[in-house]
Amino acid sequence: MAAKRLAVAKTYKIYIGGKFPRTESGRYFSFEDKQGNVVANMCRGSRKDFRNSVVAARKAQPGWAKASAYLRSQILYRIAEMLEGRRDQFIAELQLQGAAARAAEKEVDLSIDRLIYFAGWADKYQQVFSAVNPVNSSHFNFSVLEPTGVVSILAPDDSGLLGLISNIAPAIVGGNTCVVLASESKPLSAVSFAEVLHASDVPGGVVNILTGFRSELTEFFASHMDVNAIVYCDGRKAVARTVQELAADNIKRVIARDQVDWLRDAQDPYLIRDTQEVKTTWHPIGT
Amino acid sequence: MAVTENKLAFDGGWGYDPAPESTDHIKVKSRYGLFINGDFVKPEKGKYFDTVNPATEEKLSRVADASQADVDKAVKAAREAYRGPWGRMKPAERGKYIYRIARIMQERAREFSVIETLDGGKPIRESRDIDVPLAAAHFFYYAGWADKLEYAFPGRTAKSLGVAGQVIPWNFPLLMAAWKIAPALACGNTVVLKPAETTPLTALKLAEVVAEAGLPPGVVNIVTGAGATGAAIVEHSGVDKVAFTGSTNVGRIIQKALAGTNKKYTLELGGKAANIIFADAAIDQAVEGIVNGIFFNQGHVCCAGSRLFVQESVADEVISKLKDRMETLIVGDPLDKNTDIGAINSSMQLEKIQSYLKIGKAEGGDMHQSSCRLPKKGYWCRPTIFTGVSQSSRVVQEEIFGPVLAIQTFRRYDEALTKANNTPYGLSGGIWTDKGSKIFKMTQDIRAGVVWANTFNKFDPTSPFGGYKESGVGREGGLHGLDAYVKLGA
Repeated sequence: MAAKRLAVAKTYKIYIGGKFPRTESGRYFSFEDKQGNVVANMCRGSRKDFRNSVVAARKAQPGWAKASAYLRSQILYRIAEMLEGRRDQFIAELQLQGAAARAAEKEVDLSIDRLIYFAGWADKYQQVFSAVNPVNSSHFNFSVLEPTGVVSILAPDDSGLLGLISNIAPAIVGGNTCVVLASESKPLSAVSFAEVLHASDVPGGVVNILTGFRSELTEFFASHMDVNAIVYCDGRKAVARTVQELAADNIKRVIARDQVDWLRDAQDPYLIRDTQEVKTTWHPIGT
Repeated sequence: MAVTENKLAFDGGWGYDPAPESTDHIKVKSRYGLFINGDFVKPEKGKYFDTVNPATEEKLSRVADASQADVDKAVKAAREAYRGPWGRMKPAERGKYIYRIARIMQERAREFSVIETLDGGKPIRESRDIDVPLAAAHFFYYAGWADKLEYAFPGRTAKSLGVAGQVIPWNFPLLMAAWKIAPALACGNTVVLKPAETTPLTALKLAEVVAEAGLPPGVVNIVTGAGATGAAIVEHSGVDKVAFTGSTNVGRIIQKALAGTNKKYTLELGGKAANIIFADAAIDQAVEGIVNGIFFNQGHVCCAGSRLFVQESVADEVISKLKDRMETLIVGDPLDKNTDIGAINSSMQLEKIQSYLKIGKAEGGDMHQSSCRLPKKGYWCRPTIFTGVSQSSRVVQEEIFGPVLAIQTFRRYDEALTKANNTPYGLSGGIWTDKGSKIFKMTQDIRAGVVWANTFNKFDPTSPFGGYKESGVGREGGLHGLDAYVKLGA
């Protein structure tokens, strides 16, 4: 009988500016399965990693916002295609993170479908939420949505893949770029999802994903002066207070998604609108 | 052959005779209480403060200084009205009350304009033609939304929030009250509103209109006072929504104060708008746009075009025409129908503007002011421009809120855009060119909530207004302005 083949373990790294570096801090935390076996040494991301991510996100933002709605739609669809192709891998990974087999399967399927859902909104939400305004003077006046810019996202801890995607998709479909802190207790699927993004024609820097400690990084996600909006999904009052207080330093838009059932509630164009600005343009009518 | 330049002779002896608006038909009481639960009541602590005419420094009236106890009373009245008649009223009936307010304001428009000008110092032409008609139009516009909210939020149900606490500034006192109160009421909320301490009178006159319209007691409460009164409203546990218009610094304090609460908020904060003139613009129109952009309402405008960017090839021409035009601006008695620039709103604001004039000069800027004579009494500032300033100059970066324009030049589109967006603010912007494709490009590229192309400082109830970045959160006006006063259910 042949000797049992030695499996090749995957190194889980972070995703910044379209590259997979290790954390600059050199720190790690262990992710263990239910039996207590170390599955991976995750990067314990640092403030510096976060700042590098914001630089990458800011750099990528104007180009991504200018990409046509049709193109953004196809890229989101492409993410779904890539995820579908790695369906089994993600189901196994969610199980490693503690999900039962059927729940894991359901979460992966919903994640793929959710990407398709938001892909479809790319060239439609503008028509639903914009307006031509009948002003009382001789002007043509219209209001359209524009992305708010760079969004920092503290992804939900309890939903490692579906919760992550339900926050990333509505932000990027609207032309924002984002920096995401993955679930601390279920971080594997976030890093694997970064690999999916990487293979899906998503330009580098549009989505940046860090792993690490929430208690350490939350304040930086909330206070950074070049971040325009912050999404948080943590229902604890102290967290909400910290995030909101620090966000005020540069009048960030603060979006609380602490009472969302990711399986049911997140299929909604108002999630796109959360990270959009309304711009109104005037021009005289005359000869 | 020698070419002689034609110049307008400003000292040609063609003066304007005074054309003052009369004040004999207006009623201002010598003292105002707080408008709480449908009545004017005395403040609990019995304190009052003066409100003065900034053009004459004469006292106009005394108004109540509301304490915490007064704010408690107002919030309680608003809560009861929300639970009671207003909350239970059919939306269409609610709308009819708001229509009434609009109609009465139109009927009393002249009184409102004169008081607005007396209390705030703005030219009567502006209060008569802009502030008051627009305020009435706001009520008229939002009245009609009251029974149509299901069409504003596709796929969702809009529910009222409860009691709205609203704090407004002194630059457009009545108009800002209308911007705040009209959508709040249309969505089924009740309100506690605090006008600015230097301009409380038209809000108190609005309280009279609310009473005259027969709104149930407590639906609209007007409490006067300074910063402490505003803080008491913002921090009140009985308030469900906060709406603030004012400086970015105070907005930041409010956003921090609301952290950890579930209060919804909208903030309309400061600005430092870029007004960009391309060489292919209609230059004479652009010069009018520059003047309107920065000298409208003495420059006390959050969306004022206070940073001018002129394409280098036309800079000399634009600046020379601008200086000529500035000479024709009449600074003086706000009640005079010929006046272009009225009084600075308060001695405090005048001091702030003057300190920026010093800073601008100290930083090496070249200051030019028109040569007009100023009245002896009152608070005045000549229209002022700075050239020779750079992106790092404080007069370029900071909001002055006065008739002071910082002028820079540019060569290429990208340079203009980079300079225009180099600010923490993002409220408004302007672009002047005859080329349509350039208009679309620039209006898309400017990071600001309102962009005027070949026009400036235009407002309308149907048109959403509000800032990107540190200029605020949320929009006021139009369909989008409803969002601030509802929660969306499934």
